[in-house]
Amino acid sequence: MAFGRSSRKKPLVEPVTLKILVAGGFGVGKTTLVGAVSEIRPLRTEEILSEAGRPVDDLHGVENKTTTTVAMDFGRITLREDLVLYLFGTPGQDRFWFLWDELAQGALGAVVLADTRRLEDSFAAIDYFERRGIPFTVAVNCFEGARRFPAESVRGALDLDPEVELLMCDARDRESVKNVLVAVVQHALVLADRSHAPAAT
Amino acid sequence: MSDAAEPNQATEGRPTGRHHWFDADAGPVVRPYAMTRGRTSAATRHRLDLIALVVPEPAADDPGRDQTLSPEHVEIVERCSEQPQSIAELAAGLDLPVGVVRVLVGDLVEDELVHVTRPVPPAELPDVSILREVINGLRAL
Repeated sequence: MAFGRSSRKKPLVEPVTLKILVAGGFGVGKTTLVGAVSEIRPLRTEEILSEAGRPVDDLHGVENKTTTTVAMDFGRITLREDLVLYLFGTPGQDRFWFLWDELAQGALGAVVLADTRRLEDSFAAIDYFERRGIPFTVAVNCFEGARRFPAESVRGALDLDPEVELLMCDARDRESVKNVLVAVVQHALVLADRSHAPAAT
Repeated sequence: MSDAAEPNQATEGRPTGRHHWFDADAGPVVRPYAMTRGRTSAATRHRLDLIALVVPEPAADDPGRDQTLSPEHVEIVERCSEQPQSIAELAAGLDLPVGVVRVLVGDLVEDELVHVTRPVPPAELPDVSILREVINGLRAL
């Protein structure tokens, strides 16, 4: 009973794991959205980052050496015993783009959560996913008391490509968040079908 | 004299707490990478993805296992024995930075106590049916 697991013959199931990113400005409700559908209370994982480019051997100024802790909140949805989806809320600050690269690698898709009062906070995330060809859906979190705008005017303000879906959502509401996630995967499916289709027709 | 018992007297006026003799900038008493003996990269060939799952090998059940494992190594194996855990979940559960967990899991891989799944990027999936399964799974939640 070394590790509390005696002579289990049945091999552990090794599920396929996929991830969807949840991006957007600070305070837009990323962790709330993750928590609305996650089967676990959103967990926080941290990485300690030293300021890049500092000469290693230079002992002068060590007292000023800065390390930054970057936190990502994430949740888990077990779709089937052998299929698990993770949702990662990306760090809100623009200066941690390099961390996104790792997060974004192999991501199934992304949600850009937007707040109509601070639409400019979503520009950076939209730009990032567009450049990398990562399928994404924009979800406008309809905060109580915030003015509602027609979807078309929000699309225009964000300069979205016609094929990018824009949805209104309530990041606290499970059904609403499920719809957003389904939209992301459907978009990913369309793109995947296109790339799998024969080039010549 | 009380001077001897309180070497931090000179720092009076600073915020006090459990680690009152350190500057706030000193960080935690045990720096996380001390657990990895200063190593910042794992021995594994591929960088372990946040959603890579750590799965115990049969050898993890062997009571005569490596006695040089740290308590953190042992805890990782224990946590994975019930259900494979992702790197992200282990980091959150152990309250350790992701980079530290990667190094520790790398040690366990080298010791052949666990193996790590390599998540397939959706673009490399052999067919897209898995995406349909994700959609169906989400709708059924």
